[in-house]
Amino acid sequence: MGVVIGKTLSLIGRLGRAGQGTHIPRPPVIIWLPAVFIALGVLLPQAYLVLRALGAGGEIWELLFRTRTLAILGRTVALVIAVTAVSLAISLPLAWLTTRTDLPLRRVWSVLTALPLVIPSYVAGFTVVAALGPRGILQQLLAEPFGLERLPEIYGFPGALLTVTAVSYPYLLLALQAAFHGLDPCLEEASHSLGYGSWDTFRRITLPQLRPALAAGSLLVALYTLRDFGGVSLLRYETFTWAIYIQYQTSIDRMSAAALSLVLVALAVTILLIETRTQSRARYYRSTVGVVHLPTQRQLGRWRWPALGFCVSVVLLTLAMPMAILVYWTTSGMSAGESLRLAWGSALNSAYVSGLAAAITAVAALPIAILAVRYAGKSGRLPERVTYVGFALPGIVIALALVFFGANYATPIYQTLGILLFAYLILFLPQAVGSTRTSLLQISPHVEEAARSLGRSVRQTLITVTLPLVRPGVLAGAALVFLTTMKELPATLLLSPIGFKTLATSVWSATSESLFAQAAVPALLLIVLSSIPMALLVTRQPKEIS
Amino acid sequence: MHRNKWIYSLASLMLAATLIFGACTPAAETTPKKQTLTVYSGRSEALVKPIIAEFSKSTGIKVQVRYAGTSEMAATILEEGKNSPADVFFAQDPGGLGAVESLLMPLPDSISNQVSPQFRSSNGTWVGISGRARVVVYNTQKLKESDLPDDIWDFTDPKWKGRIGWAPTNASFQAMVTAMRVLWGQEKTRQWLTGIQANNPKVYPNNTAQVNAVGAGEVDVAMPNHYYLYGILRDKGESFPARNYYPRGGGPGAVILVAGAGILETSQNKDAATRFLEFMLSRTR
Repeated sequence: MGVVIGKTLSLIGRLGRAGQGTHIPRPPVIIWLPAVFIALGVLLPQAYLVLRALGAGGEIWELLFRTRTLAILGRTVALVIAVTAVSLAISLPLAWLTTRTDLPLRRVWSVLTALPLVIPSYVAGFTVVAALGPRGILQQLLAEPFGLERLPEIYGFPGALLTVTAVSYPYLLLALQAAFHGLDPCLEEASHSLGYGSWDTFRRITLPQLRPALAAGSLLVALYTLRDFGGVSLLRYETFTWAIYIQYQTSIDRMSAAALSLVLVALAVTILLIETRTQSRARYYRSTVGVVHLPTQRQLGRWRWPALGFCVSVVLLTLAMPMAILVYWTTSGMSAGESLRLAWGSALNSAYVSGLAAAITAVAALPIAILAVRYAGKSGRLPERVTYVGFALPGIVIALALVFFGANYATPIYQTLGILLFAYLILFLPQAVGSTRTSLLQISPHVEEAARSLGRSVRQTLITVTLPLVRPGVLAGAALVFLTTMKELPATLLLSPIGFKTLATSVWSATSESLFAQAAVPALLLIVLSSIPMALLVTRQPKEIS
Repeated sequence: MHRNKWIYSLASLMLAATLIFGACTPAAETTPKKQTLTVYSGRSEALVKPIIAEFSKSTGIKVQVRYAGTSEMAATILEEGKNSPADVFFAQDPGGLGAVESLLMPLPDSISNQVSPQFRSSNGTWVGISGRARVVVYNTQKLKESDLPDDIWDFTDPKWKGRIGWAPTNASFQAMVTAMRVLWGQEKTRQWLTGIQANNPKVYPNNTAQVNAVGAGEVDVAMPNHYYLYGILRDKGESFPARNYYPRGGGPGAVILVAGAGILETSQNKDAATRFLEFMLSRTR
């Protein structure tokens, strides 16, 4: 019996595949022109890197093929794999628990578990060192009762893994939560009603449908790990990005930095190729007539307490710990008589520039996502793939690329909000593209085809049919861009209008003088303000039948 | 109709944002640009802002400052090339100034001659503006200056166990370690660091906290820069029981770290920039 159902279900899947793979329509101009244009813009940093690397002499090859460089490569790859794996292990159960079960305070957990995304990685790094360092706060707490002299070393791989995972796993979590919400429960119900158990249903029906979200989320986590600087440098784990920063910091050697960055680009392309191979031509929308309804809630029963414990421990480690340290710094600074001001002006600037970045990036992501999903030939996917490459580059590289192009070829907009927003677009576009694309995959193209056959033009269909349907994905993408722009630092420092302060630059300027109390206030403000759009993003969920 | 609403609201949001953006832009530079001096500073805002404000007050020249790390700022100036909007580059360390030397103008003698040769560039393109001396701060109720060793190497002696404070994440501390590697070599530096570690030093987040801890008697000695004591003495009075000690024997524990500045060759504001450097070097401030 079960075998028959399995075969039937996979046959349906295969039919969908065949239907889409055979003929790909030509994309209309209003889609491909902006997509190509944006993709070219996003490639500017890579063009800059090639230009700089060519300026270097033959010693570049020596630098690249030193055993030390290879060791750094190995360490980087190890961290990418570990962070992605741990993020998967955390995010899949969390996403399921917070969307499909009767977990107590489910909505609260879904916001809290996503919130570490808004913590800048240099803040997370500082707090991990302060809390879990060999002589950190935890050691001091344990010293009295247990006579603990020092904790095991947090520096190196374990600390970097903890810090980078803490600030990046929400990419995967948010993607999976959205996917769970978009799943049509019919297939699962069919599977249940025909005798499959929960585990088999999950493995054979649910998991394959989560594939686009799993891939898109893991991709962001993996590429983010390549780019992270704050976490790996504070926890002293030398990755490629740290090596690139060291080239700037010790010798201001732009050529070597560019050569190393190109290796990072190559790594990113490799990861993208792996991810592309995991994508199939399966379809993720329903094709038969029927009413989409909401899934029933799983009763956790006696598993609810372990499940709750899991949520609590993730939140304690990734959110409560850094916030507790920030509060501790604030109060100890106040008791030491430091005068602390709330940085409202910076907060306003942060919110304003992040809002603009979110709107622009979400709009720019649309043609790229539509091209990738609806006209998914090799060339259709290309602009989408291209946007991801830049996501692996450290912020300083993208900032300097735009310093070069801006100062020399776009002087009127150099160091204005215009070029700053363009930098944010390059830095964060894949986040918006990813969630728009995932959302689009769950919408049947037949709806658009129906609109066309009833006389709507391509543009009318786009505006009246496609856009309203992908709205959740577009909004989720915009929210992600907003949250990451709030904490962006290197591009903001170098490209903003002169004297423009944000919460992130205030935190940086205080930590650079080790004024931790002064840094803690804007950092807390950053987290609290970001939690508002995060709560809106996460709680815009459909109600379930209980 | 309903479907269009979302597009319209997004479009109007962006329009509104653009309008706000237009309104926020500082009155589109109605004053000619020449009046404003642009400084790229690798020195942090907390340290530099008051002096710059004083310069503006006494000369009437408006100054706008971009703050970022010294090396990022140097790389920025190199990328900008002849189109750099910066007039003055104020760097945390000589390395950053050296990297952009070819883009700096030769300074007039009136500026160079104020600074002794070891604290300025040999080809006259930048001068040291401020020096931060590494010192030992000691508690005057527990110790006399004569109790203190000639060289900070001797703090590795077990008799200092539990009596030392330090701030190892501080940039100036790390610069001192670099000085150790140059003066002592890699191995002796490592021995000093592990020797201090063995003496259970108390870790402080920054220089101010170290000096306060010495005054409070939490530790007997600490290793900050020289100027933190003066701010605290001003706030808490001369009775505050901590003083600076410049190690008699010199060495890395008494090293002076230089922050310096130069003027960009492409500056349209060389007069104002020169006055800025003169002001920074003058005694009045």
